[in-house]
Amino acid sequence: MKLTVKLFAYFRDDRFVAEVLDLPPDTSIQDIAVKLDIDPDEVGILMINSRQSNLQAKPSEGDTVAIFPKVGGG
Amino acid sequence: MADKIFRVNMTDLTTSIDDVPEAWAGHGGRGLTSTIVSEEVDPTCHPLGPRNKLVFAPGLLSGTVAANSGRLSAGAKSPLTNTIKETNAGGTAAQLMARCGCKALIIEGQPKDDKWYAISMTPDSITIAEETDLVGKGNYTVVKELKEKLEGKQAVITIGPAGEMKMTAANISVMDPDGNLRSNGRGGLGAVMGSKKIKFITVDPKDGKVEIAKPDEFKAANRAFGKALVDNQISQALATYGTNVLVNVINEAGALPTKNFTLGQFEAHDKISGETMHDLINERGGKPKHNCHAGCVIQCSQIFNDKDKNYKTAGFEYESIWAMGADCCVESLDDIAEADQIMDDLGLDTIETSVAIGVAMEAGVLEFGDGPGACKLLRDEVGKGTPLGRIIGNGAGSVGLAFGVTRVPVVKNQAIPAYDPRAVKGMAITYATTTMGADHTSGYAVATNILGVGGTVDPLSKEGQIELSRNLQIATAAIDSTGMCLFIAFAALDDPDCLPALIDLINARYGLSLTGDDVTNLGKSILKTERAFNQAAGFGPADDRLPEFFYDEPLPPHNTVVDFTPEEIDSFWNF
Ligand code: SF4
Repeated sequence: MKLTVKLFAYFRDDRFVAEVLDLPPDTSIQDIAVKLDIDPDEVGILMINSRQSNLQAKPSEGDTVAIFPKVGGG
Repeated sequence: MADKIFRVNMTDLTTSIDDVPEAWAGHGGRGLTSTIVSEEVDPTCHPLGPRNKLVFAPGLLSGTVAANSGRLSAGAKSPLTNTIKETNAGGTAAQLMARCGCKALIIEGQPKDDKWYAISMTPDSITIAEETDLVGKGNYTVVKELKEKLEGKQAVITIGPAGEMKMTAANISVMDPDGNLRSNGRGGLGAVMGSKKIKFITVDPKDGKVEIAKPDEFKAANRAFGKALVDNQISQALATYGTNVLVNVINEAGALPTKNFTLGQFEAHDKISGETMHDLINERGGKPKHNCHAGCVIQCSQIFNDKDKNYKTAGFEYESIWAMGADCCVESLDDIAEADQIMDDLGLDTIETSVAIGVAMEAGVLEFGDGPGACKLLRDEVGKGTPLGRIIGNGAGSVGLAFGVTRVPVVKNQAIPAYDPRAVKGMAITYATTTMGADHTSGYAVATNILGVGGTVDPLSKEGQIELSRNLQIATAAIDSTGMCLFIAFAALDDPDCLPALIDLINARYGLSLTGDDVTNLGKSILKTERAFNQAAGFGPADDRLPEFFYDEPLPPHNTVVDFTPEEIDSFWNF
């Protein structure tokens, strides 16, 4: 399945801002993080199609997955 | 040396230094300003008249070496909202006032003549002098000239031309350690200072020090507290990207108010994002991390340079960048920085003023996206006090009234900040119920709705939001009393060592034995004190509502509306 994966903050360093990835069905966000060499413990915010999500969630064909480290502001 | 109350009466130009009444002794920061305003200000008074009072109070831990403890609270009846107001800022003033033994500075009355004055504080004196040279000058000039003139390291609290003109978006600025500006931003307290004809206040602690009841315990607690802050990953990201890291987060969540609150995402978000800003700062030789007062270990502030690598602005915050950026559809960080610098110099709240410009754009005064036009409007109209400039300088509500715009994002006449309440529903409750008028800091439900801090709740659902906002507002009222920067909350919500260390610090400073429950009760009682003031000023449940377009106009991309019933909102106060 094809997914758009967007990365933010330092997760972009030596990776990418946004890319379409072709992944096997049943891939979880955790699997994507591992594939991109992102430590799941450093992941702070996850969204699928702009909705809050979690590492175990499995996106579907055509979804947009956004992966942020732990960040905040105000 | 016991702490004292410093008082200045601008009607007869007298001053006094008095003992702290027993009922005020356990208070600091917001708790103290709100207690004093409640006790001494008639809630029905005109905020710009002689019966209002302007109160400054360092936090309970300010002036000590406790990490991040240098926030200064300012309180009064707000001319923008007509409610009680507390607004806090960094800079060096809180620490130096505390070292003067000043528990609070209360400014009352109003001069009968047309002269301007300056106030200076030392540990054993508080004096009023006529001021002529710096009247009419911008904040950057005031700070620069005073820095040259004053002996030793002194604090400066000042208003710009907007405060002199009593615009209700006027802020109070506080000098930071590098001679840049931080602001007591919201609620128009700069206009209150202007109404008292005070251009600036200087604070010289001489060799004054804050006494610590139990120094060894204090040291140990500060070590634990500092460690909790430094170890926190969000603190670390704040140092790298500043608060502006949120542009991309809130945009992705569909909650970034765009084009005067008609969209939840801004197409050009990446051009104004924290990531882009971080790269630009490095390219142009600025500083990505910087602290607004000595002792801050988080360092969310930064120095942003222009294209020619010259200083442009410091403390370039998410709220300011969102308001002039997405809300006004301005895509250039340089235009936004220019506007930020003009507003800092004039002494204007960047949230209120930029949201006002967004409403003016909707009214057709200028085009959405016109950054240079916005800067010109600020410089030539607001700065010069033309009729149009005064309409804008009196905030978003004022622009809506003047131009007949109904989509005016305000609660209690204060502009709503950078999180659309239709897509972060916890913020709908905070904006509606806070005693301050729309204010994100008073109950930052974004943490749990979007950032995954302190648990998670679904930002698009009503579930759990009222309780969340209530708990956060109570905790925030207490934190705002300590002098702590609110960004300690990220560690406090997720690191079990953080809050106990903070309570240990307060106990060691004063020789007390407060518990967590005492701190929660303090927060509750502050909220109730503030609400009682507002009720006596004429506010009721009907004022705890959002503008109707939030209930009627679905916000893309989620196409949700605010759907809390009046009864649900009012249940916030069941505690
Ligand atoms: S974290 Fe930011 S706002 Fe807070 S004290 Fe430090 S520099 Fe100031």
